[in-house]
Amino acid sequence: MSGSANAPLIEVKHLGVRLNTSRGPAQAVRGVSFSLKRGEALGLVGESGCGKSVTALALMGLLPDSAVISGSIRLDGSELVGLSDANYCKLRGNRISMIFQEPMTALNPMHTIGRQVAEPLRRHTNCSAGEARKEAIALLDRVGLPDAAKRVDAYPHQFSGGQRQRVTIAMALAGQPDVLIADEPTTALDVTIQGQILDLIADLVAERGMSMILISHDLGVIAENVQRMMVMYGGTVVESGATDAVFTRMGHPYTQGLFRARPRLGARKGTRLETIAGTVPELADLPAGCTFADRCAIVEDRCRVALPAVVDVSAGHGVRCLRTDVSMAEAAGVLGA
Amino acid sequence: MTMLDQALPSAELPLLDVKDLAQRYTLPRESVFKPAGQVHALNGVTAQVMAGRSLGVVGESGSGKSTFARLVMALEQPSSGSVSLMGRDLHRMPADELRRARRDFQMVFQDPFGSLDPRQTIARIVAEPLTALGRMDRATLRQRVAGVLWQVGLRDADMDKFPHEFSGGQRQRIAIARALITQPKLIVADEPVSALDVSVQAQVLNLLQDLQDQFGLSYILISHDLAVVDYLCDEIAVMYLGRIVEQGRPEDLFAHCAHPYTRALLDAVPRARAGGVRRRRGAQSIASQSTGATGCAYAPRCPMADQHCRDAAPALRNVGTAHLAACHHAEAVMALPPVSAEGG
Amino acid sequence: MSTPLSVSAEVGAATARRRLATGFWRRALRHRSFVTGGALSLMVLCAALLSLVWTPWSAYEIDVASKLRPPSAAHWLGTDVLGRDIVSLLLVGARSTIMVGIIAVGIGLTFGVCLGLIAAARKGWTEELIMRMSDFTFAFPAVLSAIMLAAVAGPGMLTSIIAIGIFQIPTLVRVTRGSANAIWAREFVLAARASGKGGFRITIEHVLPNVLPILIVQATIQFALAILAEAALSYLGLGTQPPQPSWGRMLNDAQTLLFQSPMLAVYPGAAIAVAVLGLNLFGDGLRDLLDPRLARER
Repeated sequence: MSGSANAPLIEVKHLGVRLNTSRGPAQAVRGVSFSLKRGEALGLVGESGCGKSVTALALMGLLPDSAVISGSIRLDGSELVGLSDANYCKLRGNRISMIFQEPMTALNPMHTIGRQVAEPLRRHTNCSAGEARKEAIALLDRVGLPDAAKRVDAYPHQFSGGQRQRVTIAMALAGQPDVLIADEPTTALDVTIQGQILDLIADLVAERGMSMILISHDLGVIAENVQRMMVMYGGTVVESGATDAVFTRMGHPYTQGLFRARPRLGARKGTRLETIAGTVPELADLPAGCTFADRCAIVEDRCRVALPAVVDVSAGHGVRCLRTDVSMAEAAGVLGA
Repeated sequence: MTMLDQALPSAELPLLDVKDLAQRYTLPRESVFKPAGQVHALNGVTAQVMAGRSLGVVGESGSGKSTFARLVMALEQPSSGSVSLMGRDLHRMPADELRRARRDFQMVFQDPFGSLDPRQTIARIVAEPLTALGRMDRATLRQRVAGVLWQVGLRDADMDKFPHEFSGGQRQRIAIARALITQPKLIVADEPVSALDVSVQAQVLNLLQDLQDQFGLSYILISHDLAVVDYLCDEIAVMYLGRIVEQGRPEDLFAHCAHPYTRALLDAVPRARAGGVRRRRGAQSIASQSTGATGCAYAPRCPMADQHCRDAAPALRNVGTAHLAACHHAEAVMALPPVSAEGG
Repeated sequence: MSTPLSVSAEVGAATARRRLATGFWRRALRHRSFVTGGALSLMVLCAALLSLVWTPWSAYEIDVASKLRPPSAAHWLGTDVLGRDIVSLLLVGARSTIMVGIIAVGIGLTFGVCLGLIAAARKGWTEELIMRMSDFTFAFPAVLSAIMLAAVAGPGMLTSIIAIGIFQIPTLVRVTRGSANAIWAREFVLAARASGKGGFRITIEHVLPNVLPILIVQATIQFALAILAEAALSYLGLGTQPPQPSWGRMLNDAQTLLFQSPMLAVYPGAAIAVAVLGLNLFGDGLRDLLDPRLARER
């Protein structure tokens, strides 16, 4: 079923999602395009309401029935947009899997972890209950759960947050998927555990030749764990490129603002954090033109006319801004600040 | 209010004095024959906060920082130890006096969605600390509420709205306004920005800084995020399993930390910079809070632990000016190269 | 100055309340259960109120000559075994039904909610005591105690009201305590405690308003149960006594003539069904409208 080893595994072109909110229809995602080959990891970074989770749900086919999806999502060449729910169910857990933010609520408190990890196996392959159980124990061991054979019949509440997240990772990988989507997998965990979980995910992804999409609001997590990244704001991708390239010279005013707003270790008391003026716009009330216009320091009239096209500021590094000449001149010293 | 009430505490006398605070919780009985287990949430914490200064308390889940916050706010009785505000022990005061004393210390909670009653207007919510103290006529109350809302960057018109009409950052401002209305001397903020987006977080942190500059407030800022605490606080205490393991000025902790756990925390913070090679992190065993074992609580996870560490629990001792650490190998840890910073 | 501020603020407060209220009614009138249930319950209420001023015939007038007549222009649903007009009997019967319902549920709410709130606020031994007392009451067979009460106090409407009321209490204690416990665990209650408010003030200012939606819904369900209970007691001869009309007793009277005039049982049975169904639907609709929607209305 797969093409050559270098063909993209997952290819998204001009993805758009329109949702029904209590305030009317909202364009939650607009014009998102990216492609991933096997073994590649892409990071999606943005704050709440930027559309990153909606994008992930669109890929998984988990949006509400009232959502209108436009554009194309191709997994190994076959189109996913418009696929019936029955057909999508065959893919979920099997070829494309997701890890969620809250390990407490992602696991069913009434089922043992063994049963939950074996569930994708029972669903998608023909193995018996005994075989599935053995496979589950092997998976739990691989994700670093101590005493997997003994604890396979334990319930979620008997584990800590970090251990529960390992269980959800085992669940996501049980069906041997090709694509793994991790939606803020470490946000709810202690910082000393975060690194271990992210390392584990990266190791497994490399080991099995999967593609990974890592979603986070934390620039630090993105910088350390993915080779390519996309910054989202107001439903659109405002900047994308290789992680190193973006962090060396940030092109979009929003990316720069996000970076400067982070409190940094070692800053002296009394230094003021630079904030981005204004607040995130409601998805139902998005302005015409650049979504960041109302908060941008270097906005001009022409920015509000239409959504800016992507400008390639260097190979593979795209910025959706009309004033990259100004923004990148400032950005030259961003890391020295 | 007499002049004595108005006078700020002198520089020698700490505003808040916590001595040997300990808290034990009894777990529900699991068996009829065995005694119920105990959780040692706090194991003897001593700290002081001076007027106009901020203390940051950093720790992960199970460190006891939330218990510490609740005990300082006199929401629970400690198993032992004392909390004294301006010289008066909060847990030994008669209930009436404690209620009146609460005007001097208020709290900001973590969850901007849960800490406001969804069925009350903002005016009622923000005025609550005042109405708890005694009767006040409606017009004065509304005036005070308007004043404090303006301080945090909200408008008069917001007074009669309901919490669900506001965003997370705005709700946290409302919570801060509520904490300010009695003109307290101390504000305990329990993870005040953890639930907020980065850009909103920055706005709220700046606000907290401005309020401190303007009113001479003292903060106890509890967070799992070292950077947040670093930014706002004059002194940081790092907690692990109910004890303070290191305490000192941010620059000291950062440049030469004296405890392996502090070092692990600093190391674990993801850095936003180019060329961020993914660093390998060793496996850590899970620590538990139950009955105290002998020796250092961090020994099971510590790369420098030896037999001495497992036999004798280290006491919190001086390792520099205004720098305390509870580690037998503190000097060795301080001699290690500093943990690399962001931006280079 | 304070004057312009307070005036504009008053206007603001009123606008906010009105905004919230009109939004509620707009959703309410589109909700099927709410509208249907509301209409049915309202019908029963109107029947009861109407009976106070007018009935087609007197419900007490016995006219044995015209007994068991089928529906006609004079008697819209016919007459019963003693020649009384059935429509009039149903209308006046609605009165006792509603009265028993309101007063009995009133008793249940007053005591049940108070005890439930106290149990949630005090915890410890007080809570244990209240819950065990309520369990005990619950376990006691309701009908037997009603019979016991009737034997002691004599049968009648008052007896049935007291008996039904007492048996409403345990359910309401349980529901109130459960919801109140959930509210006590919320962070805004902790904030109120940190401000210095005590258990009583927190219960009145924070807990009660937040459990109110659940209680309102439960009250409508209890009302329906009370109507059924009253009908059962009247059927047994323990409730409202003749000549006071009652739907339950109409059912009893119809029993002996079930094969000759089955409609005599259908009319009061249908009346009871309409009232109970209406209240249940109304309660369902209210629950949908008050609880999650209000929290999600963003």
